[in-house]
Amino acid sequence: MPPGTKIFDVGWVLGHLPGIWDRIVQHLTLTAVPLMLGIVISLGLAVVAIRRPATYGPTTALTGLLYTIPSLAAFAILRPIFGLSLITAFIPLTTYTLLILFRAFTSGFGAVPTDILEAAEGMGYTRRQRLLRVELPLAVPLIMAGIRLAAVTTIGLATVAAVLGDTFGGLGQLITEGIQTFFPTKYLLGAALSVLLAFLVDFLLVRVERALTPWARARVAPG
Amino acid sequence: MTGLATHGAVVQFDHVSKSYDPAATKRGTVPAAVNDLSLTVPAGKICVLVGPSGCGKTTSLKMVNRLIEPTSGRITIDGVDVTTQELTALRRRIGYVIQQVGLFPHHTIGENVATVPRLMGWSNERQRERSEELLALVGLDPAKYRDRFPSQLSGGERQRVGVARALAADPPIMLMDEPFGAVDPIVRDRLQNEFLRLQETIAKTILFVTHDIDEAIKMGDLVAVFQTGGVLAQFGSPLEILAAPASQFVARFVGKDRGLKRLSLLRVSDVPLIPASTARPGDDAAAARRRAAESPQGYVLMVDAANRPLGWVARDDIPESGQLVEAMANPVSPTVNKRTTLKDALSMMLDADVQTGVVVDRSGAVQGLVTVAAIAAKMQEGDHTPSFDDLETIATADQESASEEAVDPGAADQAAIEQGA
Repeated sequence: MPPGTKIFDVGWVLGHLPGIWDRIVQHLTLTAVPLMLGIVISLGLAVVAIRRPATYGPTTALTGLLYTIPSLAAFAILRPIFGLSLITAFIPLTTYTLLILFRAFTSGFGAVPTDILEAAEGMGYTRRQRLLRVELPLAVPLIMAGIRLAAVTTIGLATVAAVLGDTFGGLGQLITEGIQTFFPTKYLLGAALSVLLAFLVDFLLVRVERALTPWARARVAPG
Repeated sequence: MTGLATHGAVVQFDHVSKSYDPAATKRGTVPAAVNDLSLTVPAGKICVLVGPSGCGKTTSLKMVNRLIEPTSGRITIDGVDVTTQELTALRRRIGYVIQQVGLFPHHTIGENVATVPRLMGWSNERQRERSEELLALVGLDPAKYRDRFPSQLSGGERQRVGVARALAADPPIMLMDEPFGAVDPIVRDRLQNEFLRLQETIAKTILFVTHDIDEAIKMGDLVAVFQTGGVLAQFGSPLEILAAPASQFVARFVGKDRGLKRLSLLRVSDVPLIPASTARPGDDAAAARRRAAESPQGYVLMVDAANRPLGWVARDDIPESGQLVEAMANPVSPTVNKRTTLKDALSMMLDADVQTGVVVDRSGAVQGLVTVAAIAAKMQEGDHTPSFDDLETIATADQESASEEAVDPGAADQAAIEQGA
């Protein structure tokens, strides 16, 4: 750090608000799209796993394997194929969510009490009705726990997407630039915003879960 | 009851067998879950399937709504083979109640009750009307319970909701798998009584599984006693089974106190009443004395103007002449009515240390007498297997009773568990 540089230059921040906002939006895109894709793919894999339990082991192994690939290496491998595009960022960020989300879905479905499943079957629910109207809603608490974890993880991981450069780099771009130019304001701001974003998203997801599961908190008899 | 107009249908098991490993059952290494079961449940009756665990009673029940498919044989409802019907449509026409109730925790009580109507595509308004009607029917105030979640209800309340849910689409048949097994004995007794009262109006055909012989005797119009290996050991009315157990297994399963159990099923109206010699205050003493001497008890029963009992007067306490006065009466005998069970009547007589009880009608007027001797005679009359010596003879002839370790229901349970393991 050159002598005389301020640790945190509020004036610079106030002068660059539109640019910072763009980075935040980029970061949210880098998080939201992989998370959505991850949820859809994991739900599909989990439904297959409850219908054909033999697929559970291999799916767990595969999602675990994908999780171990270093993110920088993944970007490096995909860049020659997809270039400096969002796809290059979305693919690894999506695969990283699968391990958490697949486990969340399968444990969520697995936690639905068997007597409730039997009652549903005995009363004439079709398989699809039972899945959509009984198993999925009852699995929501465990699924949401997985989604929260995946969201927070992805927000952190998405900073690595800075390697994709200025157009899609998100908050990671702020951090990288700050380090490269010995300008602490930038990387401190990038890190702080990333943490704030994680807290905010987690908080919102808790609210979503509460809205989806009014029954889970209904313990005290009203009136 | 406009909403529940469909009365019961005939359910028939025709040589139904179920094995989870048919090849092994043929070799004799794995017993069948249900072995050649044939029985007919008449429309509108409660048939209780009872037996130790692993005897095939729940398997038999679940074959009716095809949660389990039989290996061979046929089950018909009003003559129609259940396997010819579309699975979900069949199940929506059969009420289903299980021990853990299985209410949907994410649905309100009102939504839970309306489950099958919702699946059948009823309008929201009709669903709501039906669930409120049924909540009221099972004794839960709809305004209070409709919008609660199952977690906010007690075990007994949840069980009532379970019954209401099973009745929602007005099915002709109800399958109840240990429906009152998860609640404490006091609540269970109340739920049983409420359900029997409800059944008087709804008249569904009910298949009811329990391992508790007392519950079977109380709830059943008919009782099917199962033994390990899925064999139907006896099928008949509770009284028939208590009076004449078909095998040693049944005798042991119903227990040594089956005589007492019969007493609780029979009522005072089942024994012939003995006419009472009555007299009123002011009657001629000499005539009353004569009547007391002639009566088998050696007493006259003094009654008031409305024929209500005042007490007994012994022959020796009646003066040779003059009039009877109320002070002569000893108010000792317990009074019973025709609906009193023989068990309660006998108990009251034993408590009062007397041989005779006075039977009165609703207004309290004397109808006649019941005696310990008459009850004993009634008990002997229906009992075709008076001693355990006879039971041993039956057992030797009964190939199914080879399992000698099954000495009581508890041990039979244990044996079943070991075989299952």
